[in-house]
Order: sequence, then structure tokens, then C-alpha cells
Amino acid sequence: MTAVDESNTSVVARRADALLRVEQVQKYFPITGGGLLKRKVGDVKAVESISFDVVPGETLGVVGESGCGKSTAGRTVMKLLDPTGGKIEFEGRDITHLSRKEMVPLRREMQMIFQDPYSSLNPRHTVGSIISAPFKVQGVKPTRGVQAEVQDLMARVGLNPEHYNRYPNEFSGGQRQRIGIARAIALRPKLIVCDEPVSALDVSIQAQVVNLLEDLQDEFRLAYIFIAHDLSVVRHISDRIAVMYLGRIMELAESERIYKAPLHPYTHALTSAVPLPDPRAERSRERILLHGDLPSPINPPSGCVFRTRCPKAQDRCAQEIPVLRELAPGHYGACHFPEERHLI
Amino acid sequence: MSLASDHAVEATSTSAESAEIAGRSLTQIAWRRLRRDKVAMTSLLVVLVIVSIAALAPVITRLVGVDPSSFNDKAVSDAGGLPLGRLGGVSLAHPLGVEPGTGRDLFARLLYGSRISLLIALSATLITVTLGVSVGIVAGYSRGWLDSALGRLMDVILAFPLILILLALSNVLTQRLETTFHLGELVARVLYLILVLSLFGWPYLARIVRGQVLSLREREFVESAVSMGAGTPRILFREILPNLWAPILVYATLLLPTYIAAEAALSYLGVGLVPPTPSWGAMLADSVRYFAVDPAFLFIPGTYLFVVVLAFNLLGDAVRDALDPRAGRA
Repeated sequence: MTAVDESNTSVVARRADALLRVEQVQKYFPITGGGLLKRKVGDVKAVESISFDVVPGETLGVVGESGCGKSTAGRTVMKLLDPTGGKIEFEGRDITHLSRKEMVPLRREMQMIFQDPYSSLNPRHTVGSIISAPFKVQGVKPTRGVQAEVQDLMARVGLNPEHYNRYPNEFSGGQRQRIGIARAIALRPKLIVCDEPVSALDVSIQAQVVNLLEDLQDEFRLAYIFIAHDLSVVRHISDRIAVMYLGRIMELAESERIYKAPLHPYTHALTSAVPLPDPRAERSRERILLHGDLPSPINPPSGCVFRTRCPKAQDRCAQEIPVLRELAPGHYGACHFPEERHLI
Repeated sequence: MSLASDHAVEATSTSAESAEIAGRSLTQIAWRRLRRDKVAMTSLLVVLVIVSIAALAPVITRLVGVDPSSFNDKAVSDAGGLPLGRLGGVSLAHPLGVEPGTGRDLFARLLYGSRISLLIALSATLITVTLGVSVGIVAGYSRGWLDSALGRLMDVILAFPLILILLALSNVLTQRLETTFHLGELVARVLYLILVLSLFGWPYLARIVRGQVLSLREREFVESAVSMGAGTPRILFREILPNLWAPILVYATLLLPTYIAAEAALSYLGVGLVPPTPSWGAMLADSVRYFAVDPAFLFIPGTYLFVVVLAFNLLGDAVRDALDPRAGRA
């Protein structure tokens, strides 16, 4: 699968003010055989084809089960990984093939918040030096000095500025995630990729961190790509949601539409698994259970990748890859047999 | 938890009413912790004293009125050359006794010997650590062909039979050093020992460092540095290197006594320093022959060596703890 033929162009409609635009981005990881020569024997197709865009101030939620390629997608979009194919545009500029050096000035505009609050902070650096790192790396000199700026940032994310000289191990998971957030917003970026920023935290802390992210978004007009596997968190924060399965986007629509009127059978299954607060509704609701495991991304199924677990799969699904197309205004889906269902 | 709150109290009291806190660098923080560690300060003091004694050996021996090379046949018995008097001939003229056979002053030889031994061990350790850490970091971070090439180089060096090479090349290389750099014989021999010990010693540390880097480079804080736009040098030396101090210091403090002993062993085998140059190794080697009749001759350099090695080990441990954010707060 080198070039994508014309009939298979899953591209979402271009929005004029898009901050980031991703077109059919692929990321393959080569599998090499043993021995000295390291012969390539195959590829892990972590991201097969994803297309989406993000406008300033918007939150795009990306959901999917473990191994569906959502973290790889986030890292590829950030150019922490080099895309195998496709095109990434940032503020209208093609950044797909920029080298690591050429990316450096752009790094001010796009930052990342990581999943693991333990491994994402260097244990040997103080909080002060962690949060001031973006200033040093980018050579930005705030008028009031780096330290004052960093202490402001600490206060802004709910940390005590007096803890400037402390080490990360003296903080709890939630506080560490705040340190990571302060570092990400230090240079006032336009886009932040949040890779499961709350999934390692206690539920009570999750809400605080999500609220902090929302406040910061309003204050600085940040755009987020919010990667998560927890649908209720994503629903809370996202304007639009992309549902991923085995390296492809299955459905992309406004958050409420994904919940209230999903079109793709995979989304049906996902939303039917979201717990409802009302016990009576919870007991009487229809559940769609998926059988089997996620197929191997080394050898994905032919046609629609979801067909092996899809309750509605037909012959056509094995032969023809469904294109991500606009099924309703602003509502994209990749399915031959879309059907609107109301499960929540 | 209580440690953290203690610190909070301290932080608020030192910063008084203003929230102004001086940003402290890692070195400053480590130094503050080190200063409160009694063992660390004692061993640091011992190390400093040992190093200054070595540096000032000529001055001290002149003050005491002894020198390392003059023979004194009045201090040893005519038959067998054993030191006269108790404890290997301890007297006002010879504070630590004399060498059996020659009657040379042990105090002076010990002091002069520490110059050579420390010079060789410290420089060889420094070069080994520098080489091992740089190659290990580069190999671990680069992966790919560079890693493979460096890995093979390490394999080759590790496969050399070190002692045989040392014995075989000793005279040739020492002479080559003498003629190419116009050095004296002693300098050439010292240089030879330093170079050989460090050139064959670094792959062990490089292996350890490479392994650590392989795991560190996958941590998210490295990715975070990349996502900020940090260049490779910053990632290697600011992000990864500080996490390597523990294994590096442990290895270095183990290496130093190993090198002192290696110099001793090589001198014993005759490829290191040659008499009459005093060194700890030569003294220990000589003393073995006299152990049955003159045990003091073994104990004096032995005890000094023990103190030196212990002081360096304790200091290394303390520095490692001071650099480790998790090792309690001071």
C-alpha cells in the first residue's frame, strides 16, 4: 500500500482557518529480521490512514482501544515520528518533510502533554528547571526573567511557586501532571497534543486536570488534540471526536453527534459500553458486544479493518476499503453500511 | 511525607514573607546536601589531606628530615638486613620505620609512593570514565550502525588478554613514548601505565552506560525535550547524563582502588615502575617477602592504601546520594 488511489481518498473537507491539517497520514514501523543484516521482514502499520483538521481553540478528541494507533498518530502529527506517508500542514505550511532542525522554530507553536506523569519529568531536574527548559531550548527571554515567568506559570496551573527547587518525586501524580502542563503552555503554543493526560490519574484528580486544561484553553485559545480511551472524559472536553480503529479513523463528528447519533458500528459498540448514571436506563439498555481481539496491525484484514468484529459485516466489507466520507454535514464515517443509532 | 513537610517549613521560613526563591542549580543543591553529611565531609577531608600530602611530599619529608632514596645500613641488622628496633625500626629519625635490607625511610617512601600511585590511579580513572561515558552515551543514543561499530570495538578491546599485552608491549611502547615525546624514563612509564589502564578499562563502563541510556532514551522526558526542539547535545548531556551519575560514580570509586592495585601488580611483575622509584605497589610487593619477619613493612603501606580506598569509596557513595533526588532531603 504505497500510494492511495483516487477512489480511496479519505480527506475531510478543508476548513479555511485550520491550524493543523492532516491528510491520509501513515506511520509504519519496520520489523527487521534477526542477524547482522537487519533485513526488513514486514511493517507494523500503526497508523494506516488518518485525516482530520483542527481549528484554533478547538479540542479534537481521539478515542480508540489500546493499540489502535492513537498515540502514534499524536506523535506523528507532532513530528516526533516521521510519517511514512500523507501530508501534515501547520498554519497552511507543509511540515511533512521538515527535518528535526527545521522543526525547531515550529516547536514553540505545538507542544505535548504526556500520559505518564512519572516518566515525562526528568527525575534529576528541579521543577524550576523542567518548566524553564522550553525558554532555554528556544532561546526565549521573558522580560521579567525566566524564574519569575516560571513561578507565574506554576501559580497558574495550581502549584505553589515556592516549590521551584523541588524535585518531581516530591509531588503526587496530579501535581506532576500540572508540572507537565505548565511546561507545555510555557511558550504559549497554539496547539497541544495531550496523549492520555489523565488516564494515569485518580478519577477525582482527573476532573481537576481536565478543568485546568479547559481553563487554559479559554485563556490562551489553545487547540487540543486530546487522545484518550475513556469516552466520558473525551466527551466532556472535546468539540469534535475522531474514533480510531487499527490505524484508521472510523468516524469523525461533533462530540454530541458521536454520542447521540453515531453512524459507525464500531462507535455503536463503544457508546453502548459507556456507563449510564441512571441504573434503570443502564439495566434496560442495548449492549453491543464485540467479539474477538484487535487484529494484528502487521497483517490487517482486507477491506474494512473492522469487519472481523463487526456485527453487520457483509461480503463487500472484505473486498472494498470503506472511505472516510461525509455522511451528514460535518459528520464523517468510514463504513459501507452506516446507520444512525441512538444508544445513550 | 514527613521529609517533604519538613522541607516545606524550611522553605517558607527561609523565604520569609516574600515568595522570592533563589533558583538553585543541581550542583548547588547537591553541595548543600553533601555539606550536611558528616561521613561525606570526613571522607572529603581525608581525601584532601591525602592529596595534599602527596603534593607536598618533598616539603614534608624535608621538614621531618628524611628522604626516600638514601640508604641507612645503621638502621638494619648486618645479618639478614632486618630493621633494628621495634615495629620495623620506628624511631625519631624514621617515624614509620625503615625498609628491610636497604634501611630506606618508610615514611618518605610512603609519601613519595602516594604521588605516583595517586597520579596513575586518578588520571587513569578520569580518562576511563570520560571515554566510557562518552562512548556509552553515544552508542546507546545513536543505535543503528554507530552503535554496532562501537559495540564491536568494545568486544575487540575486551577480548584482548590485557596482562599479556601489558607485558609484551611494555618496553617497546615505553621507549617509543620516550623518543617521540622526549620524555624521561619515569614519565614515560607513568604515561604508559595511565594510557594502557584507561584504554583497556573504558569498555566496561561504556557497556553499563550504554545499557542505561537504552532504557532512558525511551522515557517520555526525552521525548518531551525533543518536542521542545532540544538538540542532541542537550538531550545527551542535560537530560540523560544526570540520570547516569549513580552508576558512573559507583564504577569510578571502584575503579580507583582497582587501578592502584593494578599499578602495584604491574610493578610487581616488573612492567610498571622500576626501583628505586617508590610506589605503593612496589612497597607492597617487596613487603610480601619480609612478612614473616617484619610484618610492619606490610601493614604500613597496606593501612595507608586501605584508608585511601575507603575514603574515596565513602566519598563516592555520598556524592551519589547527594545527587539523587530520592535519597531523602537534607
